[in-house]
Amino acid sequence: MTNRRRFLAVPYIVWMAVFVIAPIVLIAVYAFASRDGAFTLSNFSAMGTYLSVFSRSFLLAIISTVVCLILGYPLAVIFAHETSRMQKIMIMLIMLPMWMNFLLRTYAWMSILESNGLLNRALAFLHIPPLNIINTPAAVIIGMVYNFLPFMVLPIYSVVVKIDRSLVEAAQDLGGSPAAVFRRVTFPLSLPGVLSGITMVFVPAVSTFVISQLLGGGKEMLLGDLIEMQFLGTAYNPQLGSAISLVMMIVVMIFMYFMNKFGEGEDKAVLM
Amino acid sequence: MIGKRKLSHRLYTYLILLFLYAPIFVLIVFSFNSTKSRTVWSGFTLDWYRQLLQDKEILRSLYNTLAVSFLSAAVATVVGTFTAVGFFSMKKRIRAPLLYVNNIPLINADIITGVGMCLLFVSLGSFLKFKLGFGTLLIAHITFNIPYVILSVLPKLYQLDENLVDAAKDLGCTWFRAFRKVIIPEILPGIINGAMIAFTMSIDDFVISYFTAGSRVMTLSMKIFSMTRKRVSPKINALSTLLFVAVLLMLIIVNLREIKQDDKNKKQIKKMKEIIK
Repeated sequence: MTNRRRFLAVPYIVWMAVFVIAPIVLIAVYAFASRDGAFTLSNFSAMGTYLSVFSRSFLLAIISTVVCLILGYPLAVIFAHETSRMQKIMIMLIMLPMWMNFLLRTYAWMSILESNGLLNRALAFLHIPPLNIINTPAAVIIGMVYNFLPFMVLPIYSVVVKIDRSLVEAAQDLGGSPAAVFRRVTFPLSLPGVLSGITMVFVPAVSTFVISQLLGGGKEMLLGDLIEMQFLGTAYNPQLGSAISLVMMIVVMIFMYFMNKFGEGEDKAVLM
Repeated sequence: MIGKRKLSHRLYTYLILLFLYAPIFVLIVFSFNSTKSRTVWSGFTLDWYRQLLQDKEILRSLYNTLAVSFLSAAVATVVGTFTAVGFFSMKKRIRAPLLYVNNIPLINADIITGVGMCLLFVSLGSFLKFKLGFGTLLIAHITFNIPYVILSVLPKLYQLDENLVDAAKDLGCTWFRAFRKVIIPEILPGIINGAMIAFTMSIDDFVISYFTAGSRVMTLSMKIFSMTRKRVSPKINALSTLLFVAVLLMLIIVNLREIKQDDKNKKQIKKMKEIIK
């Protein structure tokens, strides 16, 4: 019976081969093809001009991820210590904004951050000089943190809430200061949540093109913008677009590999 | 001391919630604004809601979004559930690499999934004579939805007591009947959860739709994106406000029901304890 049940997975295995594997193979094939289909490496050498886009994308994504972690971690811990009914309500409150279209929410930040926007009106009311945020990297970071913060809070919360309280109490009983208990017990145990939070924020942040176009005013071109332009935009060149996508995918994979490596090491340290 | 700490926790939570809800508040308020401005308040009106109901293009994109979300979530739920059972019944050696491939659409950036599918559909389309449209959009959504269903059904299968299935078999059930009568009811919470996640992901998706829907079909997100290049009409604010209120009401109803059920259970436990005494 178990044998026969296995075959239930067959249709989806075929589906994956066509719609998951084949697209990635196609990206790789296009990346090494010239416009008339011959093998070439010119797509990769052409990418040299876009080095600044790569570094800017990764820098902004790393900053946003760090900010999300700094803001999200305490929130996840606060949530985990609430009563179970309160936890439910708070998680709902964190997820609810995701039901409003994210383009529209990002667009709303334009109204808030614009030079004549709501924030500067409020500041003028308080006699504080206006801030110039819109169309700067700061605006893009605000947009990223805003959009991806729930992706940091939820995985950390779901790990922290399962931490055995008796471990923390034991550490306290053995004379650990609050800081030491956090550094040596709570934080290492929450690391799996932190790592998945970092991935869930970093990947969309490094590849976004909407946030940079809306809040960065098109001045701050990111990897996402560059790829989008090659496929649907003015600079139609799917071969170059594929090459950029491929490199981005590989760099992100390497990044994640080291993250997980680092995570495994920590796990072992805790066990020892 | 403890009181102060609690207070600072509350304050911090409120500040983050303010950050998360400020733009939503702005959107809702300006859906009632009597001019098109999105920063200056000039009086209350319901005009945008009235105009929304007459805007064929926006309603059409809403219809497309709902249609693709419902259909893809439904297909993904069925396929995902069957596949999860299939994966569960395999040897770990075979299952592990398959699960790895299953995770690819979740780990990959949306834009990579979108671009890859765009290349696939364009090359297949030139062979099989089809163009990007609702069909390709639907396939793309099904593809990124199935992994969510599988990942929410699999843990329920691991919790399942395999003896129940054997018992059903010993009592004369065919394997399919055992599947329907024993396995499905046991893993139902996982299936429902998976369906909800799939539906939410579909509704919220922009990037993958943008690359796979072509130029003839527009989802709501695509419509909004095309508007942001110039100016988003307050009609869209009105529509989002309506959708937001609908979701809010739904969540409140579901949660109230759960709370009531909780209280009922607690009362029953109390009663039983009294009887035992």
